[in-house]
Amino acid sequence: MSFLEISHLEKSFGPLRVVKDFNLSVEKGEFVSLLGPSGCGKTTVLRMVAGFETPDTGSIHIEGKDVVRLGPNARKIGMVFQAYALFPNLTVSQNVAFGLKVAGVGKAETADRVREMLSLIGLPDLGDRYPFQMSGGQQQRVALARALAVRPRVLLLDEPLSALDAKIRVSLRSQIREIQQRLGITTIFVTHDQEEALSMSDRIVVMNGGIAEQVGTPFDIYNKPTTKFVANFVGTLNTFSADVTDAAAGRVSVGGTPVQLPAAVEPAKGDRIGLAFRPEALHLGRAIGREVTLPAVIRAVNFHGSVIRIEVEAAGTNVALDTFNRADTPPPQVGDAAEVSFSARDVIVLEY
Amino acid sequence: MSLWTRLTGWFALLFGLGYFALPLLGLTEFSLRARRGVYSLDAYAKVIADPEFQQTFLYSVSMALVTIALGVFLVLPTAFWVRLRLPAARPYVEFITLLPLVIPAIVIVFGYIRLYNTSSWLPLTGTIMGTNFLLAAGYTTLALPYMYRAIDTGLRTIDVATLTEAAQSLGAGWTTILGRIILPNVLVAVLSGAFLTFAIVIGEFTLAALLDRPAFGPYLQRIGANKPYEPFALSVITFIITWGCMGLIQLANRFTTYTKAPR
Ligand SMILES: Nc1ncnc2c1ncn2[C@@H]1O[C@H](COP(=O)(O)OP(=O)(O)OP(=O)(O)O)[C@@H](O)[C@H]1O
Ligand SMILES: [Mg+2]
Repeated sequence: MSFLEISHLEKSFGPLRVVKDFNLSVEKGEFVSLLGPSGCGKTTVLRMVAGFETPDTGSIHIEGKDVVRLGPNARKIGMVFQAYALFPNLTVSQNVAFGLKVAGVGKAETADRVREMLSLIGLPDLGDRYPFQMSGGQQQRVALARALAVRPRVLLLDEPLSALDAKIRVSLRSQIREIQQRLGITTIFVTHDQEEALSMSDRIVVMNGGIAEQVGTPFDIYNKPTTKFVANFVGTLNTFSADVTDAAAGRVSVGGTPVQLPAAVEPAKGDRIGLAFRPEALHLGRAIGREVTLPAVIRAVNFHGSVIRIEVEAAGTNVALDTFNRADTPPPQVGDAAEVSFSARDVIVLEY
Repeated sequence: MSLWTRLTGWFALLFGLGYFALPLLGLTEFSLRARRGVYSLDAYAKVIADPEFQQTFLYSVSMALVTIALGVFLVLPTAFWVRLRLPAARPYVEFITLLPLVIPAIVIVFGYIRLYNTSSWLPLTGTIMGTNFLLAAGYTTLALPYMYRAIDTGLRTIDVATLTEAAQSLGAGWTTILGRIILPNVLVAVLSGAFLTFAIVIGEFTLAALLDRPAFGPYLQRIGANKPYEPFALSVITFIITWGCMGLIQLANRFTTYTKAPR
């Protein structure tokens, strides 16, 4: 059994089934993200692990023991909230020391641990401030220190970065990940921001409607989505519709151009299927190693600096692709005729 | 701002000042005239030297403190729990706490006497301590609307649910949460409730008189009916106490360093 084992978790609020047969195993020291759209039940799963909600059925085992019957104050789980939730009447040091005091840790040891935690989060000199005297980013780091000070078995973070502005969000991301790896603490991180999940996690759980649609590494989730929802929710996706000409041989046709897929098309997917691509799998113009070429018309050009995102119309649909900026090559003009090429190896086959 | 609105403003202010200040001035002035022809503090000296004044005042102050403690113990956990777990019950609880404003104190005290008289199942009025307790309970009821409102307003300024959960995840139980997190954060609200309670208890007459306890209210009434200048001196003293309470509320506000946060 894994360090944290969630099995067959169910939760309803009145008639609304919010979490349905949710299963997840987390190894010790792993960083797992729950990613999904608003209202899909991420927070509810997290709150059941923390003990703030009681599951209708199912079990949550930590270190082999079922904790469902334990109160939140007996689970030894650290929690970081979106709204920081620092105690306004206590200084930073007192906030960090709170859990230790409750646990009856001695004065000297508490002082040492508080100092250690404050330097861990890079705020060694702000111990005497009150929460209202600090920026959101600083407060959230203190909240992290407070949660970690008691050496919890599991760390839970519920969208800890969404109240912060973009720049701090990105820098705190790597800081949290670094601290997590240094302490080797088992972590569940809730977010609806795919970039956050992709960049921080060992594994991602993509949730939809209370179900874990796919569990996998960021690489797998992005490159090998197993459901249409995951494919669409994570990253940008271009979908061509294709007619199946020979399912067993994996031959299809896109707008009249024949494409040989690397594997057979499952008959269950029907006569018409979707061929999906990440923007980086499509190439403007012909290229070596991209055996399929479609005629296209440029529809929009968005200059992002190092990357240029170009929208083209090909095989009757609008698709987006990325090219790198080069100082010696100006981007194409809207309305130009062009070609896009891709390799059948990069195709994600979807039910249409 | 036009001249006219400014004039109206000043006029309103002056009128208000006159409305409150003139009678007070008159009252104070009269209380100083105990000695013929000159102003003196004779009336005050007499009042303060009166052992009955000292006893009744001390008694009422102690009752006020007991009432405040009782009220905080009753109201803080209730208001906290209602906010945390029973938000749907809030209108009902609020209604119940408002009842003492519509039910006269005399009804409450007759109820008490009927329920707890010497030949009842719980003869509280049979002993002095029992009667004192009844009185404190009655005062708590009278102060309930103010105490509840004050504390509930205080709870509104903090994120009760999240702070509670944060404390819980750090291992805290309910006593720690209430004592170390919730109470300090609503302390100003609790204090303003406490000072209001104090002001009510100090002057209260009905309950104390009917339960026959030696409180300040009945003493005030007796002096007022029998002496020429002392009642006015007493009025000024009570007034100063009440306003002292108001000042203390302001002071409490100033001394909480962490509430200056822009929320
Ligand atoms: N205490 C509650 N009572 C009733 N319904 C609730 C309660 N908590 C959550 N819900 C409902 O359960 C569903 C899932 O909520 P949850 O907070 O888990 O979503 P989420 O994935 O965290 O969304 P978000 O990204 O917006 O935070 C929502 O439809 C929500 O309205
Ligand atoms: Mg949520």
